[in-house]
Amino acid sequence: MNMIVCVKQVVDPETPAASFKIDPEAKRALVSKDKPMVISPFDENAVEAALKVKDAAGEGKVMILSMGGESAKDVIKHSLAMGGDEGYQMTDPAFDDVDSYATAANLAEAIKKIGEYDIIFCGRQDADWDAGQVGTGIAEILGIPSVTAVKKAEVQDGKAVVERVLADGYETIEVTLPALFTVSNEIGEPRYATLKGIMAAAKKQVTNWSSSDVTAAQARSQMLKIYIPVHEGECEIIEGETAEEAGTNLALKLREAKLI
Amino acid sequence: MADVMIVGEIIEGKLSASTTEILGAARKLAGDLGQNVCAVLLGSGIGDAANEAISFGADKVYTIENEMFADYTNDAYVGALEKLNAEAAPEIILMGQTSNGMDLAPRLAFRLGSAATLDCIDLTIDPDTKLMQKTKPVYGGNAVAVYVSEAKPQIATVRSKTMDPLAQDTSRSGEVVAFDPGLDSSAMRQKVVDKVKEEVEGIKLEDADVVVCGGRGVGSAEAFEELRELAKQLNGALGASRPPCDSGWVPNNIQIGLTGKMVAPTVYIGIALSGSSQHQAGMSGSKNIIAINKDAEANIFGISHYGVVGDYKKVIPAFAEKCKELLSG
Ligand SMILES: Cc1cc2nc3c(=O)[nH]c(=O)nc-3n(C[C@H](O)[C@H](O)[C@H](O)COP(=O)(O)OP(=O)(O)OC[C@H]3O[C@@H](n4cnc5c(N)ncnc54)[C@H](O)[C@@H]3O)c2cc1C
Repeated sequence: MNMIVCVKQVVDPETPAASFKIDPEAKRALVSKDKPMVISPFDENAVEAALKVKDAAGEGKVMILSMGGESAKDVIKHSLAMGGDEGYQMTDPAFDDVDSYATAANLAEAIKKIGEYDIIFCGRQDADWDAGQVGTGIAEILGIPSVTAVKKAEVQDGKAVVERVLADGYETIEVTLPALFTVSNEIGEPRYATLKGIMAAAKKQVTNWSSSDVTAAQARSQMLKIYIPVHEGECEIIEGETAEEAGTNLALKLREAKLI
Repeated sequence: MADVMIVGEIIEGKLSASTTEILGAARKLAGDLGQNVCAVLLGSGIGDAANEAISFGADKVYTIENEMFADYTNDAYVGALEKLNAEAAPEIILMGQTSNGMDLAPRLAFRLGSAATLDCIDLTIDPDTKLMQKTKPVYGGNAVAVYVSEAKPQIATVRSKTMDPLAQDTSRSGEVVAFDPGLDSSAMRQKVVDKVKEEVEGIKLEDADVVVCGGRGVGSAEAFEELRELAKQLNGALGASRPPCDSGWVPNNIQIGLTGKMVAPTVYIGIALSGSSQHQAGMSGSKNIIAINKDAEANIFGISHYGVVGDYKKVIPAFAEKCKELLSG
């Protein structure tokens, strides 16, 4: 069972609104010096999904692929430390600032270059642009079936059986292989890297590709502008001698405002 | 003439709320472009939903009715819409930011050689270029970006509760056309073998007028029971931020936020949650936001109308008690 997991390095999505800033030239978030970039959380779930399939099969190879800046190596190493087997990194200015289509097309090219695969896993949505298109997009470009928002993936009799999260429940889908799945947090907490895993990952070579190895695709959409929305209005803090009294006063206030 | 096309969804025989909102948005765009609105409904047993689409603003409805479309799979839906696109050549295709819409839009766009933007909260036509400008939150809602694409059809999914439906008018007239995409069912690579409904009892979260929402600070499944009681008492529904769902204190389907449910109740009460941008994405449209948090610096206060700074374990029982008294009196 050969699996490829696409992972992306992002600005920490837990950055509070108050310290979130935009670089107006680059039209993207400023990376703060004291908050390191992280693996996009759903991509970490995707690594976990692949490792679960590998555990269940008792064999298999999990290949980690990331397109990004030089530092994208950190998220590849992180995924290798969790249990991934091989790392592939695509770094080139031609891969920067592309739209979801070009991102999917570039990753699909790299996947063709990697060659053999049974399952590709991606996160259901990146934590920076919240685009939610790259996984399905890769599948479309490669011409393989895809299922999004997967919370469980198993392989049975040469087919994949996956559970897809719906608004009010889930559905079970049988899919022919090779296939691509985008993974949701319901798959369960990503495993921690063990010390052994971290040491093994440190020794692993990551294959580096530039646009001379993987032809860069052209974007099909442009961002015209990006801005931080302003919230108007004031919060009225309801006080009380004690916390209990504040609770009582809140109820009275809401009654006065005809809200309850 | 090119059209603004929407892909509708049917829930228990009726158009979904988000479908009526998208029809409203499509009408506006079509007005600016001087075009018509057409709706596509796929499924088996579409019945009266086609007429319903006309009453909510469609000029023409394509029905694609076949067992193959009873369950959503992107092989079948993308295949059918690819065929319909070749015939109808719409300028724009809109759909909901739903489980199916977000799966369908990118795959359809790339199949048709165009691009999509997901989870839009505003759609306008640039008067000069006549292209659709698509506004969507990014960075979990910390920022908002505007996108445009020259490739046709221009495709977008629309966040629920961000656009207004037209008032239903059953006297509107329109045309219903059955369309057969002629797909080979044996070529479908995905098969839905089971569907499990996990419904929450009581009022539906998305429709509730009052939402009581707990966060990580609530601390346990037992403590959530108290919030459930409070929600019931206020005739509302219980919601949660993501950590309580991930911890198994409450089911995943009551998660509110970017990757959960979108709510816009009259009253939203957020308890022991910080108000991350991703959570706000699902509730900032609430008319009155009330926050209880022990940290006066918590982000949630930034968008709240009323707040109490304090330990919810002390604030909430007294609050609930007083509400009970006021409601019975
Ligand atoms: C791509 C992506 C999508 C996401 N989608 C969602 C989503 O849809 N919905 C969502 O909610 N999150 C989502 N998240 C997660 C989000 O980033 C936050 O991690 C999450 O919302 C935090 O939840 P919280 O506010 O409950 O927890 P915390 O941020 O840990 O806040 C807990 C709060 O409780 C307060 N508190 C603790 N104890 C008490 C007490 N006794 N009394 C009063 N106050 C107390 C604390 O002061 C604190 O403010 C997403 C993240 C990513 C990256």
